[in-house]
Amino acid sequence: MSDTSDSPIIQFDKVNKWYGQFHALRDIDLSVARGERIVVCGPSGSGKSTLIRCVNWLEEHQEGRLIVDGVELSDDPKAIETVRRTVGMVFQQFNLFPHLSVLENLTLAPTWVGRLPLNEARERAMAQLERVRIADQANKYPLQLSGGQQQRVAIARALCLTPKIMLLDEPTSALDPEMIKEVLDVMIELAGQGITMLCVTHEMGFARSIADRIVFMDQGQIVEQNAPGEFFANPANERTREFLSKILNH
Amino acid sequence: MSATFIVIPARAAPVRMLGARAWIRTHLFPDWKNGVATVLIAALVAWYLPQLLDWALFNAVFSNDNAACRAVAHDAARPGACWGVITEKYRVILFGRFPHADHWRPLLASLLLVLMLVASCRPRCWRRWLAPAWIAAFAAFFLLMRGGVAGLTYVETARWGGLPLTLLLATLGIAAAFPIAVLAALGRLSPLPAVRAACIGYIELVRGVPLISVLFMASFMFPLFLPPGMTPDVLLRVLAGITLFAAAYLAEVVRGGLQAIPVGQIEAAKSLGLGYWQTQRRIALPQALRHVVPAIMNSFISTFKDTSLVTVVSLYELTGALGLALRGDTDWRPFYFEAYLFIAVIYWTGCYAMSSYSHWVERRLAVSNQTAGNAQ
Ligand SMILES: Nc1ncnc2c1ncn2[C@@H]1O[C@H](COP(=O)(O)OP(=O)(O)OP(=O)(O)O)[C@@H](O)[C@H]1O
Ligand SMILES: [Mg+2]
Repeated sequence: MSDTSDSPIIQFDKVNKWYGQFHALRDIDLSVARGERIVVCGPSGSGKSTLIRCVNWLEEHQEGRLIVDGVELSDDPKAIETVRRTVGMVFQQFNLFPHLSVLENLTLAPTWVGRLPLNEARERAMAQLERVRIADQANKYPLQLSGGQQQRVAIARALCLTPKIMLLDEPTSALDPEMIKEVLDVMIELAGQGITMLCVTHEMGFARSIADRIVFMDQGQIVEQNAPGEFFANPANERTREFLSKILNH
Repeated sequence: MSATFIVIPARAAPVRMLGARAWIRTHLFPDWKNGVATVLIAALVAWYLPQLLDWALFNAVFSNDNAACRAVAHDAARPGACWGVITEKYRVILFGRFPHADHWRPLLASLLLVLMLVASCRPRCWRRWLAPAWIAAFAAFFLLMRGGVAGLTYVETARWGGLPLTLLLATLGIAAAFPIAVLAALGRLSPLPAVRAACIGYIELVRGVPLISVLFMASFMFPLFLPPGMTPDVLLRVLAGITLFAAAYLAEVVRGGLQAIPVGQIEAAKSLGLGYWQTQRRIALPQALRHVVPAIMNSFISTFKDTSLVTVVSLYELTGALGLALRGDTDWRPFYFEAYLFIAVIYWTGCYAMSSYSHWVERRLAVSNQTAGNAQ
């Protein structure tokens, strides 16, 4: 259990993953420092979701080592439980629980997983809802909220377990254009607070302003990774240039 | 430069949308086809209703006067019903072979179960104490029926019958079947091959045979495999048979609900660190069961009516007790039809109550699950 600030918080070491016969992740080497903000991009089907879903074992890898906050991921339930407590996740489709109120969505895990007393969990939930500026909606049901509001609730829900790492899988892709900004604002604020972020997104403006590093993937491989300035100005790889030209001037 | 926005004040709806005439037009005569159907149905009712009323009320015999009953039954010009058969036999129909002098015991026991059922339907009673209350109610039921304590004479289960037996088999059968069904449904979707195989085996085996044969096996074959003297009570064996049978059907209903849940829900629960059982209990099952309320109630109604089959293994619940009351009595045997109507009304009341309750639950869930339109 290394907790020293110089050891990486996430370490992919020659990680390979297959879906049946399909080789989805190929020799992934990636190390993420504590507090680092990484944006993952790449064409559809390149394995971005697969990559970040491996971090909390929503997908299991078959080869290589993956160490998250000092715990090596394997099918050992103890390791999975420990890692999931350190890692929060935000999904493209929000995945709020429709049968629970907003507040109940937020207190569920702290009370059942974190064993927090209900009133403490409620306080913590309200604090997170304040943070994403949606506290006045606490007693509504998720389907009564707009997409942008739902996604902000989802972010607050993930934060309620005080994770060290946040995984975000295209958090703004399912939103109407006018709601993207309110979610990005919350994410920018989050990025300013020193939490480790691994975010799949095609919002290149957001990437440029908050990312410490951009990772570009294609066909299950990491093609190149670089600081945003360098990445956008001098992409090293032919494939990256092609992708950037498509995404930046449509 | 910008045009002014003028608000149009709300006006009352046109008169043709309101009132009795409008209702009649939209519901009974919206077009000529529906109009013809309305007239035909009204004519049929007008033709048959008086005859039905004559038979059921005006020409009917209500006292247990056997001679009068036979007279109206054979009067071709003015046929009438013989409700006297119920006046004469209702105690045997309702309580079977239970000792006559102690009929207050099954009556009280039945009232107790009905009271518990009604109470359990009210959201106000959905508290932690409901389960212990039910256990206490069943204990009280058994004490009342079985006796042997507190000065009550002992009555063996073979002599229990009629309404209390029907209610017991249905409520205890359903109550026990429900958790088994949930476990079997989860097992059938389990990633563990051995668990999955066992659950599929159980469900398909039980669904593949008629209830009658399950009851026969529970009643006659099962004791053959046990050492003599160790045979559990026939009522228990039959109850186990009904429970396992109902659970297999219910399990498939629950599985349908579970499979309708988007994977994203389960992934979100996992990512929050919820374990398998927590995920099922807090996320999957509450949503799954909501989706299948009508199908679950369908299963319950079936089980309620299926209890009438235990007659084949000599337990005289409502239907069986009716046979008991009339089969050996040549005086009253001709009036089976009226007696069957009597228990049909009892079954119908139970089933209709369940069905209405299911509609009420659905409406309630629809309200608490409102979608975006009702924001604020
Ligand atoms: N459960 C699965 N079974 C089989 N193949 C899968 C599964 N999930 C993903 N794949 C395949 O793996 C590849 C990578 O998928 P992934 O979802 O990681 O891509 P992505 O980069 O996130 O794409 P997108 O931008 O469309 O979300 C794709 O070719 C996809 O078809
Ligand atoms: Mg993806």
